[in-house]
Amino acid sequence: MRVERLKTDLLIIGGGTAGCYAALTASEKSDATEILICEKANIKRSGCLAAGVNALNAYIVEGRTPQDYVDYAKKDADGIVRDDLLYTMSERLNKVTERLEQLGLVILKDENGKYVVRGNRNLKINGENIKPILAAVVEKLPNVTVLNRVNIIDFSVNGNKINGAFGIGIENDTFYIIEAKAVIIATGGAAGLYKPNNPGFSRHKMWYPPFNTGAGYAMGIKHGAEMTTFEMRFIALRCKDTIAPTGTLAQGAGAKQINSLGEVYEAKYGLTTSERVYGTVNENIEGRGPCYLRTEGISPEQEESLLKAYLNMAPSQTIRWIESGKLPSQANVEIEGTEPYIVGGHTASGYWVDTKRATTISGLFAAGDVAGGCPQKYVTGALAEGEIAAVSAVDYISENTTGSISGSEIDAHISEIERFIGENRSQFTTEQLEEAMQTVMDSYAGGIKTNYRFNGKQLDIADYKIRQLTELSDALHADDFQELMYIYELRERLTICRSVIAHLRARHETRWHSFAENLDHPEKDDINWRKYVNSRMENGEIKIILRDLTEEGQKTYEHSN
Amino acid sequence: MSIAIDRNKCVGCGRCHEVCPGTLIKLGADKKAYIKYPKDCWGCTSCIKECPVYAISFYLGADIGGMGSKVHTEKKDGLLCWVIEQPDGKTAEIAIDPKESNKY
Ligand SMILES: Cc1cc2nc3c(=O)[nH]c(=O)nc-3n(C[C@H](O)[C@H](O)[C@H](O)COP(=O)(O)OP(=O)(O)OC[C@H]3O[C@@H](n4cnc5c(N)ncnc54)[C@H](O)[C@@H]3O)c2cc1C
Ligand code: SF4
Ligand code: SF4
Repeated sequence: MRVERLKTDLLIIGGGTAGCYAALTASEKSDATEILICEKANIKRSGCLAAGVNALNAYIVEGRTPQDYVDYAKKDADGIVRDDLLYTMSERLNKVTERLEQLGLVILKDENGKYVVRGNRNLKINGENIKPILAAVVEKLPNVTVLNRVNIIDFSVNGNKINGAFGIGIENDTFYIIEAKAVIIATGGAAGLYKPNNPGFSRHKMWYPPFNTGAGYAMGIKHGAEMTTFEMRFIALRCKDTIAPTGTLAQGAGAKQINSLGEVYEAKYGLTTSERVYGTVNENIEGRGPCYLRTEGISPEQEESLLKAYLNMAPSQTIRWIESGKLPSQANVEIEGTEPYIVGGHTASGYWVDTKRATTISGLFAAGDVAGGCPQKYVTGALAEGEIAAVSAVDYISENTTGSISGSEIDAHISEIERFIGENRSQFTTEQLEEAMQTVMDSYAGGIKTNYRFNGKQLDIADYKIRQLTELSDALHADDFQELMYIYELRERLTICRSVIAHLRARHETRWHSFAENLDHPEKDDINWRKYVNSRMENGEIKIILRDLTEEGQKTYEHSN
Repeated sequence: MSIAIDRNKCVGCGRCHEVCPGTLIKLGADKKAYIKYPKDCWGCTSCIKECPVYAISFYLGADIGGMGSKVHTEKKDGLLCWVIEQPDGKTAEIAIDPKESNKY
């Protein structure tokens, strides 16, 4: 193992959507600021955008205002959002969209040069190469250095102030000690907590990137950062087997959700994101499954466009259509709910941040799927938050000096790594413990197996078993640094599982069907539960903090106690 | 789903190894690429689009209804061309103009 020490002004952890845009913004705002991106993969094709995306889901179309977007997202989350975060994001959606176009993203325009809109909030694009476009810009920035294949495993925090982070070079056997004046965390959400739809050979054919393992959440939790709304899990409604997105069929081609009797069932349950999942689950329970998106009878032109659109973002669905010989015009597309994810770009889980995207740890800012309180961000919202976090971080740097990381902290990390890569004492492999964790979450914390439902007794069992697995993970063994990363990823996920369980247990109501379906409290309770469920880890235990909702229309929020 | 790399075609340029978001592809001592963790492939097709000699193809696992077709991409006259070879020998090709937006 090599040890390398680095020093920078601004460390960005995760060179995905938000991270790349944060680097671009910080670099343009201050060319004297040294910026370092640490990315576990390679920024050219990492994170959510690797395969491409099919639309820009968050845009303020003509005749609408940022406030309309806030209202929409708030309604979809049944009130548990932060207006200030949604508003500051919404204000920037169109500016970042124009910037993306300047950088080379193809956006559909009409004969008058205006963007063609899909529904009330979406733009049609060719998003196949959106990540290479962003990466190419970042690589040209003079004051930005990118370290690819460096996986960050921990923050260095002293007296609630961040001083940098520790990482492992997964292909060069290097331990990195990185000191920084400010840090932006942009590691995305967490996949792989629950048993996936297809746990066998295709276990990673999931919707959310299986390589986003929630490091950002876990590191924050461990260091006592306040987190919010982890009980609002995200379950995606997806094409069966390929887990490809359904928006292109539903909003794009206007396909309705139908059950096996051919009845359109969506109106029966409501049209919010969680209600659409719940309706599908319920139709199956009541014997009217499977459920489909009704595509039969679409025109040949529509079909051709759909085949292409899917190749630009989820190629397996097009392959599926072609190899099965059943094209969408001939057969409706079966849909199913995925396993639950924790993802703050769709729901509201993540760091509890102020309006400037500062977390409760001084010097640590959060953007994108890792940041909470601001659902329905999608690509453009992640860019907008990257921008806000970068501006705040650069301001912070001008007033602060680089913290220093203590020798004892370094030694503790080195000896932990040496233990994992040393003599093999483990009876279990990382893979086995990962499967065990997913089985526990599936059975006792509202996974696919229980139709996403749970009760308090089950959560107690889940918590007990996740703690046991955490203990077992102490003895795991890695043959190389990639396997070492797998150990850290598993331990991150176990930490997040504990937080999810604590949050699910804390909210004594069912506000969002499927996302948090608490069988002990099956009704919504507006009198007692129009509240944020937040948490902080103290002495190894997750402590729940209930906070009152901010004021309607409130434009700024500052951290207090 | 996962990918397969044709050793005979691979020229060892390393681009697939460089780009994979899961760090799943390695180069052997003979400089040929191989997928070390086939079950961990997300199916993002990043590696396939990078390969200059079309040595990489992807397929759907049988557990998600795969029927043995193999897919790769080729770049022709500025188009991104998807080639789907079916087990019965039939081949389907879909060419996409990167300058053209999705219609839906
Ligand atoms: C399959 C899919 C399709 C989507 N389609 C659309 C769409 O059509 N339209 C739309 O508007 N939105 C879409 N979204 C949503 C949107 O893409 C995301 O919300 C957004 O990209 C999230 O940005 P992010 O920066 O938070 O995460 P990411 O872009 O995923 O970035 C996180 C980065 O952190 C890196 N990382 C993680 N852990 C570590 C670590 N420990 N150390 C170092 N680096 C680390 C990851 O490799 C990754 O590069 C889609 C999402 C998915 C998953
Ligand atoms: S398809 Fe994507 S995840 Fe799979 S090996 Fe290729 S680059 Fe890696
Ligand atoms: S990109 Fe193609 S040619 Fe290059 S190493 Fe990979 S398989 Fe071989």
